[in-house]
Amino acid sequence: MNLFELLANDYTLRVVSLGSALLGLVSGIVGSFAVLKKQGLLGDAVSHAALPGIGIMFLLLQTKSVEMFMLGALVSGLLATAIINAIVKYSRIKIDSAMALILSVFFGFGLVLLTYIQRIPNANQAGLDKFIFGQASTLLRRDIDLIFVVGSVLIALIIMFWKEFKIVTFDPDFAQSIGISSRKISYLLSSMIVISIIIGLQMVGVILMSALLVAPGVAARQWTNKLSTMAVLAGGFGSLSGLLGTLISSSMKKMPTGPSIVLVISFIVLISIIFSPNRGILWRYIRQFKNQLDINEDQVLFDLYDLARNHNNPFKSHSVAAIKPMKTHGGKKLKHLRSVLDRLRERGLVDRGQFDEWFITENGLNYILKHPMQKEDDYVSSS
Amino acid sequence: MSPQVEIQIIAMIVAVACCIPGVVLVLRKMAMMSDAITHTILLGIVIGFLVVYDLSSPLLIIGATLMGLLTVYLVELLTKTKLISEDSAIGIIFPFLFSIAIILISRYAGNVHLDIDSVLLGELAFAPFNRLRLFGIDIGAKNIYTMGAILLVNISLIAVFFKEIKIAVFDPELAAVLGFSPVLIQYGLMGSVSITTVGAFDAVGSILVIAFMIGPPVSAYLLTDDLKKMFFISAGIGVLNALGGYQMAVFYDVSIAGSMALFTGITFLVVFIVAPHRGVISVMRRRKFQSFDFAQKTMLFHILYHEGKINESVENGVSTIYEHLNIPKDSLKKMIQQLVSDGKLREEAGVYKLTDNGRKYTIESYESIVQSFNSEFE
Repeated sequence: MNLFELLANDYTLRVVSLGSALLGLVSGIVGSFAVLKKQGLLGDAVSHAALPGIGIMFLLLQTKSVEMFMLGALVSGLLATAIINAIVKYSRIKIDSAMALILSVFFGFGLVLLTYIQRIPNANQAGLDKFIFGQASTLLRRDIDLIFVVGSVLIALIIMFWKEFKIVTFDPDFAQSIGISSRKISYLLSSMIVISIIIGLQMVGVILMSALLVAPGVAARQWTNKLSTMAVLAGGFGSLSGLLGTLISSSMKKMPTGPSIVLVISFIVLISIIFSPNRGILWRYIRQFKNQLDINEDQVLFDLYDLARNHNNPFKSHSVAAIKPMKTHGGKKLKHLRSVLDRLRERGLVDRGQFDEWFITENGLNYILKHPMQKEDDYVSSS
Repeated sequence: MSPQVEIQIIAMIVAVACCIPGVVLVLRKMAMMSDAITHTILLGIVIGFLVVYDLSSPLLIIGATLMGLLTVYLVELLTKTKLISEDSAIGIIFPFLFSIAIILISRYAGNVHLDIDSVLLGELAFAPFNRLRLFGIDIGAKNIYTMGAILLVNISLIAVFFKEIKIAVFDPELAAVLGFSPVLIQYGLMGSVSITTVGAFDAVGSILVIAFMIGPPVSAYLLTDDLKKMFFISAGIGVLNALGGYQMAVFYDVSIAGSMALFTGITFLVVFIVAPHRGVISVMRRRKFQSFDFAQKTMLFHILYHEGKINESVENGVSTIYEHLNIPKDSLKKMIQQLVSDGKLREEAGVYKLTDNGRKYTIESYESIVQSFNSEFE
């Protein structure tokens, strides 16, 4: 409970953790759409592309102002997105190449501007590059207010255009055919992704912001097939990792905030892909194992049936020694065969006679006759 | 050699060395993997450093290269579960590894010069200070030799496996059928990307590595359809970027790596606009011609269809045809003028008629359209 005491007493920590939680919430929800539209890496491209906007803003204003920097970052992020889209539209260059190109060129331009600014005699310029690499510990109350206001607007937009976003995300052609402009909605969505990246830049930095955008959506996707549930879950995962990450970083020495948030959300992703019901890896293995068991049982049953057919009596019993050499479970142990037979008996499909001899029951015969593997010409009457 | 010349030589070698794996990355649609690797090698370097506590140890380079391969492996592992698309997998794995690197640095290597900024941004201006000494004699900047060796490795890989790479890039199924292991090619490529990145990043920084790796091949992709030419054009553009960027940096006295990346953008922009066949101007012109051509043919079909029908004088009438085609009046007028001067159309008693020549042309183009439709849906 030490952690919560800390949270209750430390004002700065409260501000920072509230900010991270809010940021996680917003980027989780907006990021869900980015994940579904396979635009996960757009976040990375945009967050690098924001640098020249900050440089130009400083050159214009000659002063450090977080709000104006964000505006500059937003404009250059949107410009980068537009250029990436234009490159893909007007040439055969694929989106991944376009993104890699634009992110490096914009970032390079930003570097050029920053080094240019460094030569200007203006004391204000110190620490300009820190803006883009993020420093959660310097968050102020008004930064949180900004995240809150912008985040609320973004979430309100998502609720307002929910139907449109949903259709455009899953079936843009259908959206077009019922009169929803896929292009406009896509632009709106990309802009919202850019905005949520920009408000997070200052906090967790360029590189880690893209994780905060993608990871909550990916984790949430594992638990549900419903978009609304996914968005809510992603928001939850995002804010949880923001909160936990901040707490971890403040309770340990020399533990930067951004990376610890990323570690938490990565852990959530890992848990989700392993343990989520139906989709998860563990679940998949269990299902495979069960299928394998079923198939083995069916095979043994068929073996028994084949043996019995030779006697023209489907209920004729056979000893384990006779069943074992059948082709379908070659190499398997006698013990394994017995356990399969026992399970079949539990299901009432076979029964055990004297001296370890096994035969098919009436139920078993019905099961075989209805089995999809059973061919018609194999039919043996029970006369 | 003066430091200025050495800087340019290093930049040119890095540019050519980077664009070789870059061409394959661009063609295999894996460009963003370079972004991921350039970041995650930091973790390899940090771990290597924590093992030997020596920033110049070759173990750091080995660690970084292995980390590059591990990145690829982890991304593929996640993608293979089919639970996560490839781009999301990249977007999760590389910030994760990068975060571990930052945490390790701030916890265990805080007082060492292992600055995140310097990894990402790089400073080519310092490269000549790092000298290579052989038997006590200064034989030049160290980066010239390391990058030169990497360049040679990349060139010989391409020269030896050109055919295999070509098939693997354009027809992976055929490559698999022919017995080239896709895994081997994938990791060979990624190994090349990692080593090149590791070698280049301390000279020029991660971001410029991406610019050098992706920029020239993307430009070359718009200029040629021939893989061999694409390698050469990329190398040429890479050298141009290095030299142009350096001049720009000197002129404005700004970051060398940054202005080379910016120059990469400029050369791309020029190619993107003026490239023959694939540049924006050609594409626009082609699209305009196509829409003009389509409208023209539509009108000819209209005239042919109504030829000799009762309502011909209305449908094809000089003053009434505008009402029957959904084409702006001005462009229709222009089209008709052109067709008349081509001898495909003539005016007869206030009605447009096809000449024999024009009729032949109309029927031919109709048949070719029908044929292309049929072959498309077969």
